[in-house]
Amino acid sequence: MNAVMRVGTIVILALAILAPAAAAAGWAHVDQPQPPQEEFIPIDELPPGDQMPAAPLLIAAYAIVWLVVFGYLWTIWRRLSSVEQDLGELSRRAGDGDPEA
Amino acid sequence: MNQRTFAGLSIVGLVMFAAAPLWIARAPYESTMGLIQKIFYFHVPGWIVMFLAVFVAGIASAIHLFRQKPAADRLAHAAAELAVIFGIIGLVTGPLWARKAWGVWWQWEPRLTMSIILELIMCAYLLLRRYGGPGSDKLAATLAIFAMANVPFVYYSVNIWRTIHPATSVVPQLAVSAPGMFGPFVWCSVAFLVLFTVMLAARTRLEAQRAEVERLHLALEEQ
Repeated sequence: MNAVMRVGTIVILALAILAPAAAAAGWAHVDQPQPPQEEFIPIDELPPGDQMPAAPLLIAAYAIVWLVVFGYLWTIWRRLSSVEQDLGELSRRAGDGDPEA
Repeated sequence: MNQRTFAGLSIVGLVMFAAAPLWIARAPYESTMGLIQKIFYFHVPGWIVMFLAVFVAGIASAIHLFRQKPAADRLAHAAAELAVIFGIIGLVTGPLWARKAWGVWWQWEPRLTMSIILELIMCAYLLLRRYGGPGSDKLAATLAIFAMANVPFVYYSVNIWRTIHPATSVVPQLAVSAPGMFGPFVWCSVAFLVLFTVMLAARTRLEAQRAEVERLHLALEEQ
């Protein structure tokens, strides 16, 4: 039991000593300062990893606008057809054949 | 609007809208943003029409509220729905542009935050009309007037608080600062305005037909 306790204590002490050192090494890696950017860099001169293609975003924007506009026009047309059908039926029932009345 | 004017405007609007990408493709590239700046030609007209729709809804609601005009209420309802539709266009195209230009999809800065609040107010108007029950037209009308009062704050927010969003001076100076972009911008704005007029006429007719259906239902019940 004493041997187990001794090994456990050594492991905990080792972790306690090594953990801050490992964390410090990790932070040092994360905090590596980037070289400061001192002037404007045109988008096409950025490294490839920092460049984002504009075309998919642009195409998506235009496609969504077209879908919204034509989708909405279609819903208006569908709703108008349905209401005009109801109107025709009600006009017939009311003995008035003219749906515009 | 008579049928011939409606048909003519529909054709003009759809042809202008279909031809807009050709104009936009010929427009020069903006020097810092490049290709992605071309979202501008649908994004800004989308917001112009959204603001116009909110004004139409607000003014028509005021007329309905103070003069008891059902036709004005129908116009307000139609305009409110269009305000939501064009607001969606602005709120979708904006983040797609921002992702490339600003590096983020969204920023909780004054213009964007106030724009989404305006859109939510118009959504609230429609929900109130749909589920509010009797008398909701009056309540919704006050909401539309409140939304209309909100528009100048949304528009001038970029001048009052200096934010990441461009100021209002960009579009008024476009004819001088970038003449090559001005033509396509005017073309797209007119296309959106014509489409808005056509959609508003059709949507108002739908409301009028619904009112007529309701009137006939009541007449049949009384027989």
